[in-house]
This record gives sequence, structure tokens and C-alpha cells, in this order.
Amino acid sequence: MGDLSEFSLPVRLFLRAYRWRVVDPVPWAPLRVPLARARLALVSSAGFVLPSQKPFDESLRGGDPSFREIPFDTDPATLVDTHRSESFDHAAMRRDPNLAFPLARVRELAERGRIGAPNHRHWSFMGSLTAPGRFVAKTLPRLAAAAVADGVTAALLVPV
Amino acid sequence: MCNQAVCLAAAALEQNGISTVALVLLREVAERVRPPRALALPFRHGYPLDTPNDPARQHAVLEAALRLLETPAARGPLLVDYAPAVTERGSA
Repeated sequence: MGDLSEFSLPVRLFLRAYRWRVVDPVPWAPLRVPLARARLALVSSAGFVLPSQKPFDESLRGGDPSFREIPFDTDPATLVDTHRSESFDHAAMRRDPNLAFPLARVRELAERGRIGAPNHRHWSFMGSLTAPGRFVAKTLPRLAAAAVADGVTAALLVPV
Repeated sequence: MCNQAVCLAAAALEQNGISTVALVLLREVAERVRPPRALALPFRHGYPLDTPNDPARQHAVLEAALRLLETPAARGPLLVDYAPAVTERGSA
């Protein structure tokens, strides 16, 4: 079960005291088209990058707020884990990146007709963001604008 | 932290007219942050789609997420616990 007991005592204490952001008001966008016609984008916080891309900077206080574009036809096996957190087991997602960035699964959903198409690019960021101010103010508007420009109608967000 | 980050990203996309569903591994974080739609998973961090190299189990999670996207509702937040479909394998 995903719960705080997974973590070390210092991490649990940090999370207990942490002031979580609150989405208020909660935005609401119903599906504009049936899923079978939807263009779906993946957004994963697993910190994956392409071998040619710069790793997420683990030295930045509060966390690296940037994102990377991952083309839809990327071989998942080539993704490189650069997530800085030591609070979870990285082994499984390194063995099978689809576990946290399900590129192959989304392609299969499109082949079955369950979704219309994967977007031509997906987005990766590193979710260990203890100070998400820049992420919210700078990164997310850029990411959302790119998704809108691509005609994305649905998005699946995956933590790790 | 990953749970908060995906919830915030979901809200930003939804504000721009994109329907979202966020997987979450800590239900209490989703309760506090309040993304528009979230599927609370019973898996450890590092295993958001259940099991590595098991497409059937990974698809089961994705299908539950897609059904949440299709749920008719007037407004959020919607927070639903993952309940995999039972088959002879245990889940599908």
C-alpha cells in the first residue's frame, strides 16, 4: 500500500509537517471528444530523460523545476532515470520504464482503438519538488501551452 | 513530493481545457492538494503501474484511469480508489 510507512522517519516527519499546495478552485474540463478520438499525452514525474538530454539537476534546492520532451516513438528501454529521490526503489522502473512512463502501453491503447492517438510528444519532469513555486509559475504554463498547441485532449499523469 | 507535483500538473492542464487523470500513490496527498481527477493506487512508490514487465497489470491500471476520465461528473475533485478487475490470473 502506498502510505507514509514506506519512508524513513526523517522523511515521514518532513511530510507530516509539509505545507501541501492546495488547488482552489478545482478546474474542471470534461472530455471534449470520446476517448476513442482523443489525443492523449503522458506526463510523468519519474525523472526520465533521453540519453541525449541533460539529466535533471539534483543539486538544486527545492528540486529541478524543468521538464523534458519525450517523443512518442521513443523506445522506453532507452529512457534514463535521473530522479534524485532515495526514498523509493528505483530498480523496477529502471528494468521496465513503462512502469512509470508507459509509452508502450499508450501505443497499445491506440492500436486497440481505446484512445484516438498518443500525442507526438510526452513530458517528463522530476517530481521531488519540495519548493514547487517555479514549477507552478513557470514550468506548468509552458507545458500546458505546448499541450494545447498540440491539440491534446486528455492527459495521464504518473508519479513515482 | 511526486504525488503533489502530478496533482499540480493535472490542475494546470485542466485549467487549459485538457481532461486529466492523475495516478497517486499517497491518497492523503491527493485529498489535500485536490487535483481534478485522481486514481489512488495501492502500490509502493516506484511501482505506479503495479508490476514491471507485466503489460496486463499495467493495462489494468490504465483502464481504471481511463474510466475515471470518462466518468460523467459536473465538477471535481474526483478521488477514486483503484479496484482491479478480478480474473483467473488475479487481475487484468
